[in-house]
Amino acid sequence: MSFLAKVFIYPLNSLILADLVERFGHKPLTMMSQIREKVTSLSLDSPPINITPEDPKLGLKYAAIEVPAGVRGRMALIGPLIEQTEAAIIVENPPTNFGCVGCNRTNELTKYLVRSKGVPVLEVKYPESNEEARDFVHKIAAFLESLPKEKPEEDENAKEDQPTEKEDKR
Amino acid sequence: MTETKKEEITKYIVISSDKVLPSDAAMKIYESEFPVTVKETCFGLIVSGAKDDIQTVVEKIRQLDKNHIFVKDRGFPPGDERRCRASRGGGPRPGFHFLREEVELLPAIGAALDELEAKEHVTEKCKTKCRLKTSDLEKVIEEELAR
Repeated sequence: MSFLAKVFIYPLNSLILADLVERFGHKPLTMMSQIREKVTSLSLDSPPINITPEDPKLGLKYAAIEVPAGVRGRMALIGPLIEQTEAAIIVENPPTNFGCVGCNRTNELTKYLVRSKGVPVLEVKYPESNEEARDFVHKIAAFLESLPKEKPEEDENAKEDQPTEKEDKR
Repeated sequence: MTETKKEEITKYIVISSDKVLPSDAAMKIYESEFPVTVKETCFGLIVSGAKDDIQTVVEKIRQLDKNHIFVKDRGFPPGDERRCRASRGGGPRPGFHFLREEVELLPAIGAALDELEAKEHVTEKCKTKCRLKTSDLEKVIEEELAR
């Protein structure tokens, strides 16, 4: 399946946003895909403890050493998504903010990094009524349709090549 | 290790439709004979299997009522010990609360998608104030009665 653009969504685990982005032919960048890599990867020695020595180092790229470990741990997962971002939809005032998206400092840092990346960003509020839901969907649809239609083929090919290289090394 | 394992993925299919029930969707998947694991839940289905199979199955299910069936990825496979309630002593699993909040919004999102689709077919002729069409009024009444 070929997607048009990689769209970062906030909240990162939102069903509505992930579905809308995919519905309009784009690829949502979600926490679930990052988690899948973590929990199904054979390289983890003890899967319930899903952190490897590489993760805190990766997190250091986005947050300094004095920042709480939870922020760096989360940024180890969210940071690579931000780097791939070609457009973003940020929804303020989500109904619940806990679990993997429960750290407010991480959320602030994530939104700051996305906004300062210079990609097109749509900022909307979570709908609370039918009228707001209609505006919400219309704004997102218009934004997704306004995104560039061309798809760089090299990125997809490069990604597909990576796993085979890893397998050869094993 | 020349044999490459197919990428396994898991997806949530959340059903917020008046026409399709989770059991209907599950039956549709069983009929399609794809080698995928299906778990029926209160909000819809969890399907797991090879990436290509899952994408085909999900697309088929979505076509049953495309504006009222929503899909998202899931990181953990179904029944995973780290998430499954059976091995954690009951209670909602982590991540369910946000899903439950969003499921409450889905009827409104579905209606908005219906409207968006209808607008694509019929180009809006009058943008200034105009009378309410009888067909629109009928729709409003039907929606109110269906609640």
